[in-house]
Amino acid sequence: MQALLHQIFSGLANGAIYASVALALVMIFKATHEVNFAQGELAMFSTFVASSLINAGWPYWGAFVATLAFSFVVGVVIERVVMRPLQGAPALNTVVVFIGLLVLFNGLASWIFGHTMREFPSPFPPAAWYGSSYLSPHEVGMIGVTLVVLTIVFLFFRFTRLGLAMRAAAENPHSSRLVGINVGWMLALGWGLAGALGAVAGMMAAPIVYLEPNMMSGVILYGFAAALLGGIDNPWGAPLGGFLVGVLENVAGAYLVGSHLKLALALALIIGVLLFKPSGLFGKTTVVRV
Amino acid sequence: MRGAAGRSARARLVLTALVATAALVAPFLLGDYQVYQLSVIVVYIVAVLGFDLLTGFTGQVSLGQGAFFALGAYTGVIALTKLHVPYAATPVLAGAVCFVVGTLFGRTVARLEGLYLALATFALAIATPQILKLDALDAWTGGSQGINFGKPASPLPTLLNDDRSLYFLCLAFAFLLYTGAWNLLRGPTGRALVALRDQPVAAATVGIDVAAYRSTAFGVSALYTGVAGALGALVAGFISPDSYTLFLSIQILVGGVIGGITAIGGAIFGGAFIEIVPDLVSKISDAAPWALYGLLLIVCIMVMPGGVAGLARSILHAAEKSRKARPR
Repeated sequence: MQALLHQIFSGLANGAIYASVALALVMIFKATHEVNFAQGELAMFSTFVASSLINAGWPYWGAFVATLAFSFVVGVVIERVVMRPLQGAPALNTVVVFIGLLVLFNGLASWIFGHTMREFPSPFPPAAWYGSSYLSPHEVGMIGVTLVVLTIVFLFFRFTRLGLAMRAAAENPHSSRLVGINVGWMLALGWGLAGALGAVAGMMAAPIVYLEPNMMSGVILYGFAAALLGGIDNPWGAPLGGFLVGVLENVAGAYLVGSHLKLALALALIIGVLLFKPSGLFGKTTVVRV
Repeated sequence: MRGAAGRSARARLVLTALVATAALVAPFLLGDYQVYQLSVIVVYIVAVLGFDLLTGFTGQVSLGQGAFFALGAYTGVIALTKLHVPYAATPVLAGAVCFVVGTLFGRTVARLEGLYLALATFALAIATPQILKLDALDAWTGGSQGINFGKPASPLPTLLNDDRSLYFLCLAFAFLLYTGAWNLLRGPTGRALVALRDQPVAAATVGIDVAAYRSTAFGVSALYTGVAGALGALVAGFISPDSYTLFLSIQILVGGVIGGITAIGGAIFGGAFIEIVPDLVSKISDAAPWALYGLLLIVCIMVMPGGVAGLARSILHAAEKSRKARPR
C-alpha cells in the first residue's frame, strides 16, 4: 500500500510536467488544428537558455522569467515567419515543417550547447519543510508551479479582453475578424503562450531527466498521450489527462510492464485512444461536412 | 504536342541510361569505403521509395518508417545468424515479414486522418529502440548490444571483393523494387491511390475500398523499407537498437521531401542526398547536418514542395513553353 501510494504521488509529480506540455499542445491545436511536434524540442532549447543564464550568475527565478519571455518571443516569431505562410496547406506540409523545426532546434542545441548531460538546478531546496517520504520538495514544487500556471492561464482566458479575443479567434475566425479582432496576431500570441508553457515543463523536468538535447523525447510522447486522452481540444481535459497519464505511467511501470517499456506504453496509449476514443475522455466529437 | 512528349521521354531515357551506367561502372573505379557508401545510398534509395509510395502517393503521413527499417534489419539478421538462411535471401524474408506486419498495422490505423496517423507513427518511431532492447527478446535481438555478425563474404572472391558483391546485391534489389514501383504506379492501382490521396470521399463513392487500399499501401511501403533495412544490416555487418531511433525515420523523410515525394525518380536523389550531405556538413560540427536538415525541410516545403524532381519537371516545362513560343 505504502509503495503504491508512493508510485501514485510521484506519478502526479511527473503528470504535472505532462500537463504543462499537454496544455501547450492544446493551445496551438485549438487555434490552428495542428499538433506541434516540435513542442518538446522548443522546451529543451528554452531550458538550455535558462541553464546558460543561471551559469552566467543570474538568480534562478530571474532566469526563469527571462526564459519564459524568450520562449514566448520564439513562439511568436515561429508563427509569424514559418507557420503563417502555411495556413490551409495539406497536413503533410505542416507535419513536415513541424518535424523540420524539431530537427532544427535539436541540431542547434547540440551545436551550441553540446551533447554532454548537464545538471539543472531545482529552485526547491532538498531539505525544505514541504518535502515528505512520498514527495520530494522538487516534486511538490513541480505540482505547485503547474497548478499556479494553470490558474493564471485560466484567469487570463476567462477574465481579460485579450483572453476573450484569443478564444473568439480560435473558435470562429471569420466572425472575429468582423468584430475587429486581429486573428493573425491572436494565433501568434497563442504560439507564444504555448512556447512559454513548454519552457515551464522543460525547466521543471530538467532536474529529473538531466539537461541534454534529447531530454524531451520521452516527455513529449507522454504529453501527446496526455493531450489525446484528455481531449486535444479541451484546455481542462488535456492537463487532467497529463496527471492521469503520469500516474498510469508510474503504476504500470512498477507493477505491469516494468520501466523498460514506458515508451511502448505511451505508444499503446496513443494508438488506443486514437482508435477507440479519438475525441479523448473530455473532448468534443467533431463531424466533418463533405 | 507529340514532339514535346517525345522530347521529355527522350530526356528521361538519357537520364536513366546515365544513372544506370554510373551505377554499374562506379564501384570499379572507387575504393572500398566509397563502395560501401554507394551501397548505403542504394539502401536509402529503397527506403525513400517505400516512403514515397506511402506518403507521396496515398497521402498517409508516416514518421515511423524507421520502425519497419529496424524490423527488416532484425528479421534479416536473425534469419541469417539463427536460421542460417543464405544471406542474399534474407532481404526477401525481411520484406515478406514487413509486408504482413505493415498491412496489419495499416489496417489498424487505416481510419486515422493525416495528422493523427503522423502522431501514431511518430510515437512508434520513438518507442522502437526501447522495444528492440526488451529483455524478453534478448536471446534473439542481443539486447542493447545488438548483433555483430560481420559482413558476408563474396561468393566470387576472384571477381568481386566483399564490398562490391554486397553493392551489387543491393543494386539488384533496388532495380527490382524500383521497376516494381514504376509499374504499379502507372496502372489502375496507381490512379486509385492518387484518387484516395486527393479526394478520399469521392474515391470511396466510385467504389475504391479505402481501408483495403490504404492498408495494402502500408504493407507495400513496409516491404520496401524492410528490404532496405535487411540490406542495410548486411552492408554494415552489425545491428544495434540505437541505430533505429526517430532520427532514422526523419532521415528517410528528408530524403523523400528533398527528392520529391510524388516522383519515384526523386528517391534516387533523396537517397544520395541523405548519405552524402551529412558527411560533407559534419566537418563543420557533429550537429550541423541536423540543423541543416531542419532548415532544408522547412525551406523545401515553402519554396519547392515538389522537391528536386518537381523542380526538374517545371524547368522542363518552362523550356518546352519557351521553345513553342519561339516563331518558326
